[in-house]
Parts: sequence; structure tokens; C-alpha cells
Amino acid sequence: MESKFGDYLLSVDHISLSFGGVKALKDISFGIREKEVFAIIGPNGAGKTSMLNVINGFYHPQEGEITYKGVHRKQMKSHDAAVHGIARTFQNVALFKGMSTLDNIMTGRIIHMKRNLFWQAIYLGPARKEEMANREYVEDIIDFLEIQAIRRTPVGRLPYGLQKRVELGRALAMEPDLLLLDEPMAGMNIEEKQDMCRFVLDVNDQYGTTIALIEHDMSVVMDISDKVVVLDYGEKLAEGTPDEIRGNQTVIDAYLGVTTAN
Amino acid sequence: MEILTTIFIQPFFDMAADPILFLQVIWEGFVTGILYSLIALGFVLIFKASGVFNFAQGIMVVFAALTLVGLHENGIPAYIALPITILVMYALAFSVERLVLRPLVNQPDIILFMATIGVTFFLIGFGEFIFGGEPKMMITEELLLPYGSITFFDDMLILQEIDIAASGIAALALIFLALFLGKTKIGIALRAVADDNQAALSVGVSLNTIWVLVWFISGIIALITGIMWGAKSDVSFALSIIAFKALPVLILGGFTSVQGAIVGGLIIGIGEKIGEFYWGDLVGGSIESWLAYMIALVFLLFRPQGLFGEKIIERV
Repeated sequence: MESKFGDYLLSVDHISLSFGGVKALKDISFGIREKEVFAIIGPNGAGKTSMLNVINGFYHPQEGEITYKGVHRKQMKSHDAAVHGIARTFQNVALFKGMSTLDNIMTGRIIHMKRNLFWQAIYLGPARKEEMANREYVEDIIDFLEIQAIRRTPVGRLPYGLQKRVELGRALAMEPDLLLLDEPMAGMNIEEKQDMCRFVLDVNDQYGTTIALIEHDMSVVMDISDKVVVLDYGEKLAEGTPDEIRGNQTVIDAYLGVTTAN
Repeated sequence: MEILTTIFIQPFFDMAADPILFLQVIWEGFVTGILYSLIALGFVLIFKASGVFNFAQGIMVVFAALTLVGLHENGIPAYIALPITILVMYALAFSVERLVLRPLVNQPDIILFMATIGVTFFLIGFGEFIFGGEPKMMITEELLLPYGSITFFDDMLILQEIDIAASGIAALALIFLALFLGKTKIGIALRAVADDNQAALSVGVSLNTIWVLVWFISGIIALITGIMWGAKSDVSFALSIIAFKALPVLILGGFTSVQGAIVGGLIIGIGEKIGEFYWGDLVGGSIESWLAYMIALVFLLFRPQGLFGEKIIERV
């Protein structure tokens, strides 16, 4: 896919991350182009989620550099990441369980609420207008994700598949440039997976959002991604188009558990 | 039979026989209650934002009041001492976040609770070191707070002007906070933080900013409480025990609810005054000091999450 700038939206260079003596990521480098659907795959414990955590600033790597929108950084800060357009979902749904669907998605608008505290406190004038605009944006997302029926339901009571959808909605409300999805289809039935695939592709298509996702379902990954990177034991095994990955012997070995001689 | 009459019937006859006196009792309870509400609100804010029960809330009341009075004693006029005290409370909030909360992030709640006990003893020591341990008079007059009293019904109903001012200021503070925490960005962010730290971070809420903010607001609340309570008695370290009166309020209102803190405070305040006045003599008086806890205990049996607390639903 041809990028607008012909450059990477986000690239990581020689990232290494360790917790005490455990090396979670070893010298990882890759780049994500604008408007791409980029998949990170690999067996359990390969460091996929750690990689996402590094990108959105939850983890701070000991070595390496992250370049996002042309700015070089040693590490991301989670607040900066959010403000500059990196949104994410979590492997184990992390919603605000006590709040309704609507309020959950509304939290995605926090970074877009600019009015000063005084107006906010008395909730008049500009603050009110701003809230209306935010509400409208949130309603659009609710329509887009087809979750009108559950807007007032506390999310703790929703089934898992819908919770994942609400979480996607919250991330979308941030109007992200880069959307990180950590196993968006895990634990879903086929129908829910198809819906989720459709939403991911539509987001990519309609909003032009760049997407980086972790997924275990290979048929999904091969169907929707433009580019795939494979991690195993914190190391990068391969990078390429789905077709290249499918034919890559190292990747096949890693997934089948074959030990290569040396 | 006679005992039942004295417990269940006589007090109500007493109330009806002298409605003005009854009104007076309610007023006294209201004034105490609204101050309880304020203290409870300080707890609720910090509990919501950082999931920690702030043991230091009581001593913060004393520390704020002591700072104000201490500055004034050293020749600084009240209108300068007040802003300086507010700055000191901000510095305290900032330091607590930097030195206590941030290093202990992601630790179990009990560790954070212990840390606030540490803060308590630090503030006791630090306060005594700077301002000395003996009780001080609140600078009521210099702060332009009214004194004297207003009477109604041929001097039958007496309202202290300081009480009127106290409830007025407290009510304003409560209304402001309720609005502030309801619909605003900070309000939503605070609810988000209260619910899930990591998810809140991912939508761009800065935990550190929220923590400093809630500790600062709690500090301001402590200052208001300290001034008002100090004006009614005096400013001493013993004042910090009124914070424990916030416990039954919190049980009644729920640890996470702003409205709960307000309503709970009023119920406890008015309840204990009426109890003391009309039922206290039956058991030799002084039931005011424990009645609040009794009310809370009975309440706990029926609504463990409090009046307005979020219902604890967990799927198993």
C-alpha cells in the first residue's frame, strides 16, 4: 500500500526490553506505514503484547528508539501516546465496568475536551457546546459499531464479544492515527469474528486509520493484513506480506515447534 | 410497658411539645453534619482516584488550620496567610504524589494505606516541630467570619452566625465539587481512573495529574473544615479525631459517592444530635460519641455498598 508520505508512521529500531533478568524483547526493528493493517504474530510469550506496551508507553524499553510521526524518542509516555493519536484495546478487555457503554466511549473524548475548568465547572456556554459535539461523535461511533441497543447498559453486564466492541469504540472515539488492537477476536465465535473483521477493515478504509494488531487466528491475519511481523521468544523471526510469511520456513518451524540445527 | 413508652413514645411527644427546640436541635445537627460531609468528601475523592483510604485526612485538617494560624502568629496578615496556606496544601499534594504514591504505584491497597499512616505521623511531627504542640485560637475575626448570634421566636431559637457562615461556605464548596466532578473532563477522568488505571492511561488520562489534583482538593477541603471546626473549638491535634466521624458517614453514603458523602454527613450529623438530645438521658447521656457508628452498623446490614455506592456486582 502506498503511503501518503512514502515513509513510516511508526518505526521501532533495535528495541530491547527486559524485566530483571528476563528479556522480553531483543533488538526488534520494524516499521508501520500509514494506512496499513499491520499484524504482529507469534506463539504465546513471544513478546507481542510487550511490543504494543512499548509502542503506547506502558513499558519503557532499555535500548532502542521509537520514531512516531517523524519524532524520535527513547521511549513513549502513555499520556503523550494518547494525545498524539495512539489508541489501543487490551487482550483482557479493560473497560470501565461501572459505566455505561456511552460513558465508556465518552472517555475516549477526554483528550479532545479543551474548555477550561471554569466553564466546565459551571457547565455552560462553550463547555456545553463542546460536550454536544463530543456526544455527536460518540453517537456516530455507536451507530458505526451497531451497538445502539446497549448504549445505556453498564458494560460489566455485557457479553464478552460486545465488550470487545465497546472497547474498540472507546479507542475509535480518540480519533486515533494509529490503532493498536491486542487480540481483538480472541474468545469470539465465528460470527462475532466476521463482524470484528468487518469493523477493523471499515475503520481502516473509512477513517484511514493505521492499524497494528495482534491475532492468533491465522486465517484472519492472512485475510486482512498488508504486512506481518513474526516474533518468537522476544526476537523477530520474519517480516513480510502474508504470502511471504506463509511460505517462510523459519516461521513454519517456530509454529510447529521444530528445532532447527543450530 | 413503661420502658417502651419512654423509648418509643415520650421522645416524640417532647419533640411535638416544643417544636422550636426541636428546630434548634436539627440546626445544630445540620451544622455538624455539613462539616462531616466535607470531611467525608475528602476521603471519597482520594479513594475514588487512587483506591486508597487516606488515613491522613484528619491530620490534614489540623495541619491546614495550624499553618494558617501559625503564619498569622508570625505577623503575616490573614489575607496573605490564607493564599500561602493554600499553596502549602498544594505543595503537600505534590509531594505526596511524588514521594509516596508514584513510587508505590501498582502496590496493593494495604501498602498505600500504610503509607498514608506514615504521612499522618510525618505531618504530626512536622506540624509540632514548626508550630508547636499547644492548642491555638482560630483567627476567626481576621478572616472576616461573623460572630455573635441571631435569635428568632423571642430568643427561643438561637443561630450562631459562625454556624450560618460555616454551613453556607460548606454548602457552596459541596455544590461546586458536585458540579465539578459531575460532567467535566476532570469528572469523567476521575471516574475512569477510579474504575481501571491502565485503561484510563490508554485514553490519555494522566494519573499523576489526577492524583495531585484530588490530594490538593482534599487539602482545600481540609483547610475549610479546619477553619470552621477550629472556630467552634480551637486548633489542636485533637481535632484530627473528627476525621473518624467521617467513617460512619462513608459507610452510610458509600466510599465512592459524592452525593453519598453529603447526604450521609447530614443524616449522621442530625441523627446523632437528635439521638443525644431526646434519647441520650435514658442511658445517662453522651451517646453522641458512638451513636453515629451504631447508625452506620445497622445500615451496613441492609446496604453493604452504602446509600449511593456502586453496587458490587461480580460475575462468578
